[in-house]
Parts: sequence; C-alpha cells; structure tokens
Amino acid sequence: MAEPSRLADGLRAYRLIAAMWIRSTMAYRASFAMTVVGQFVGTGLDFAAILLMFSQVDALGGYTLPEVAFLYGLSGAAFGLADLVIGSTDKLGRRVRDGTLDTLLVRPAPVLAQVAADRFALRRVGRITQGLLVLGYALVSLDISWTPLKALMIPAMMLSGAGIFAAVFVAGAAFQFVAQDASEVQNSFTFGGTTLLQYPPSIFAQDLVRGVTFVLPLAFVNWLPALYVLGRPYPLDLPEWVAFLPPLVAVACCALAGMAWRVGLRSYRSTGS
Amino acid sequence: MGTGRLYAAVAVRAFRRYATYRVATAAGVFTNTVFGLILAYTYIALWDEKPHLGGYDQAQALTYVWLAQGLHAAVAAMGGGFEDELIERIRTGDIAIDLYRPADLQAWWLATDVGRAAFQLVGRGVVPMAFGALVFELALPADPATWLAFLVAVALGVAVSFAIRYIVAMMTFWFLDGAGVQQLATLVGIFFSGMLLPLNIFPGALGELGRVLPWSALIQAPADVLLGERTGSGLLSTYAFQAAWAVGLLAVGRLVQLAATRRVVVQGG
Repeated sequence: MAEPSRLADGLRAYRLIAAMWIRSTMAYRASFAMTVVGQFVGTGLDFAAILLMFSQVDALGGYTLPEVAFLYGLSGAAFGLADLVIGSTDKLGRRVRDGTLDTLLVRPAPVLAQVAADRFALRRVGRITQGLLVLGYALVSLDISWTPLKALMIPAMMLSGAGIFAAVFVAGAAFQFVAQDASEVQNSFTFGGTTLLQYPPSIFAQDLVRGVTFVLPLAFVNWLPALYVLGRPYPLDLPEWVAFLPPLVAVACCALAGMAWRVGLRSYRSTGS
Repeated sequence: MGTGRLYAAVAVRAFRRYATYRVATAAGVFTNTVFGLILAYTYIALWDEKPHLGGYDQAQALTYVWLAQGLHAAVAAMGGGFEDELIERIRTGDIAIDLYRPADLQAWWLATDVGRAAFQLVGRGVVPMAFGALVFELALPADPATWLAFLVAVALGVAVSFAIRYIVAMMTFWFLDGAGVQQLATLVGIFFSGMLLPLNIFPGALGELGRVLPWSALIQAPADVLLGERTGSGLLSTYAFQAAWAVGLLAVGRLVQLAATRRVVVQGG
C-alpha cells in the first residue's frame, strides 16, 4: 500500500514548509502583529456591515442579530481554518503562468502539499479568531435548548465546513491550471461563499439556495446544521436528517477535488521558456 | 513634446496596459457580479424590513449595490492601483531614478491612474451594471445629463482616491515597508467610501462623519448623483466637496513628497 506513506510524506512536507514560512514571518515580528490585526479588522468589516444593518432593523429575513451572528461565526471560523491550512493554493495561477511550478514538480514531495504550504500565512489566525469571537457572542446571547448532539455539532460543523471550503480551494487551484489569469474567479466561490453563508438562507432566491445545496454544497457548511441547532425550518422542504450530513459531504467534496487536482496537474504543460 | 501631451500619452499607455489582461478583467467582472448578487439579496431583505431606509427606495438601494460593484475598481476603493508599484519603487530605491526624470512625479502617476480608472470604469463597470439591471428592477436615470453629471463625479472621485493613495505611498519613505499603512488606508477606505454600505444608513454621528471625510467622494457621492439625489445646487455642492478634497489632498501629497525627497537617503544595494 503506497497511499498511507504518500499521505504521511505529504503531511511531513507540509509541516516542514509551513514551519519554514512561520520562521521567516517571525523575523519581522512587528509587521506580523500588524498584519494579524489587519486581517482581524478586515474580516471584521463584514460583521460591522451586519451590525450597521441591525442598527436600523430588528430582524433580517426573520432572523435576529444573535442568530445571524451564529451563522456568521460558524461560516467565518470554518472558512478561516480552510484559508489558513490550504488558502495559499489560490496563488497557483501565478506559478503556472511564470513557470515556477516546475521547481515544485522536481522536489521529492507531493505537489499539493507544497502548493498548500507555499507562503503559509500565519496571519490568517486573525480571521479564525474573529469568527470564533462572533460565534462566542452568538452562543452567549442565544437561548438554545442544548442537547449533547447539538453541542457536538458545533465543532463538527467547523471541521466539516473547513473540509468543504478546502475542497473548493483545491478545485479552484485545479481550475487555475487551465485558467491561469482567472484566479479571481476562485474568490467568488471561496470569499463569496463565506459571505453568502453569513446571511440566513431565507433572504436568498430559491434557485440560489438550490444551487448551493445540490451543486456546490456550501449549505452544508453551516446553514443546514445550524438551522437544526437553532430549531429553525429548513429551506427547500429538506428533511431534518440533512443536518447530519456535513462530514459525509466534506469527505465526498474532498475526494472530488482530489480527482480534479490530479486531472489539472496532469494537464500542466510548462511555459517552455 | 508639450507636457500635456506627455501625460496624455502616459494615461493612454496605462489604459492599454490594463486592457491587455482580458482574462483577469473577465474574472474580476465575474467576482463583482457574484458579490453583487449576494449583496442585492441582503439589501432586499433590509429594505423589505424598512422601506425608504436612508431615503432610498428598494430600486435605488439595488442600483446602489450594482453601482458600487461596478465602480469600486475604477475609484480603487479597496486600493490596488499605481501605489503598489510606486511603493515597490520607493522600497527598492528605484525611486531615485524617477526623481531624475524630466517629468513631475505626482503628475506622472496621476496620469497612469487616470488611464487605469478609465479602463476599469468601462471594463469592470458595464457588465455588472447590465447584469444587475437585467435581473433586478433598478432606478437608472433615463436622462443622459444625469449620466454625464455622474461621470464628472466619478472623475473627481478618482482624483480624490489618487490623492489619498499617493500620500499613503509617500509614507513608505519613512516606514520602508508600506504594507501596514496601505492596509490601514484600505480598511478605512472600504468603510467610509460607501463600499460596505451606503453612508446614509450609518447611524447618527457616524453617518455624518462619513459624509465629511474624503472617502465619501469615491462611491457615495457618484452614487447620489446617479440616483438623482443631487441636482441643481446640490450637484454643485457635491462637486465642490469632491474638488476641495482633491485639491487639498493633492497639495498635501506634494508637501509630503517635498519633505520626503529632502530627507531621502535612497536605499542602495
């Protein structure tokens, strides 16, 4: 069985490269601190927009501020986690364009691990922290009738959500083998996706909700499981058990993204210059 | 070659330079459209809850969404224009060569930014706006004079935006790493330009503060003109507001440049 050792190789390479980038970042501590704060505040602007909206209204699409904060925090933390671990893949287009991807191909480590750890940006903990703080606020102000199952679903949502977003990042990276300059399209699905999930599904058109449930299953990051925790009705008359699907959806998405990555990598032809 | 022709040539080259990256432009348009779609639904929910919020009706609010998506690249509300390059030139010391050149540093970069803005207004503005108008009911003016008045406001907005980013870039002479100041300026810009939300739905004093700060010249002012909220003397006072900030900040930029070049010790390798 070559697979497990290959996976171990990849993780080891990832750890080493990420550690190297962290050491390099830490050489400029003040700059690092500033970028963490910047990331924290920058991400917080989304939530500032929500707070400004709620300074004018009491509910948005029938959801109160703590409920929206609950959705926001879960989406933000899950996305932040994926962005920290694998977000560097969105720089792949540049490497394809200028041909520096070749360097990664000749190194004795899986290319995906190298691309994911490339320029590992520890400052992205600012994003996770911001998401977790908003989630903390939501959990304190919401009156949820807790059960062990519901409590377990919070960390499960974050991990599966991160898995789903990670799959989107990898699929986007695979797309960049073809698209190169079009790397910004990926932002529509990653940053756009997390923005979408910050708001309750009730405000969006049914077709849009259908699209992010059945085609690009972002709804499983937080919407469906979070609505179960909140005891809210589901969109599209979905049955209750869909709330427990996120881990399976995450695994399936990652498998598909892995296949897309292989196809993309195989299609890579260097710049030839 | 007259100086006017020189800067016009620089602007035209900058326009062509940005026009070269067609796929990147298409990708940017796609992203703006996706974000516009998401924001449009949040605005519908907001205006359903409270019609006439901030003095806009729902069609005006939706017009605002698509306008902001179409306009933010042109006025560089989130940064990302000439300043990345200028900061890099200051950081590496290449700026010393620029200071030798028989062209004015500020005017040169202003010309490149005007070229960039002109391209991005067309290249990144038209499609999101058209998409928004197809999918939602917008309150776009039928009167060509309003569109013309809007374009003037956009031009003044670009001038204010340039003046701010020029000062930010000049800060690199002192900090050597422009990232921190640039990030701060970007965040303030997003918040107070009207990019995040229209300033007229900001509560109380925060809204009033936003109204007098220069960033409101970037998106809020052109939007108000296009939505027909500024006509007659209101339109003139909007122009005066934008022009005053543009002139004032360009002058500050020039002073900062003078101070910087007088003390500059160019980094050498």
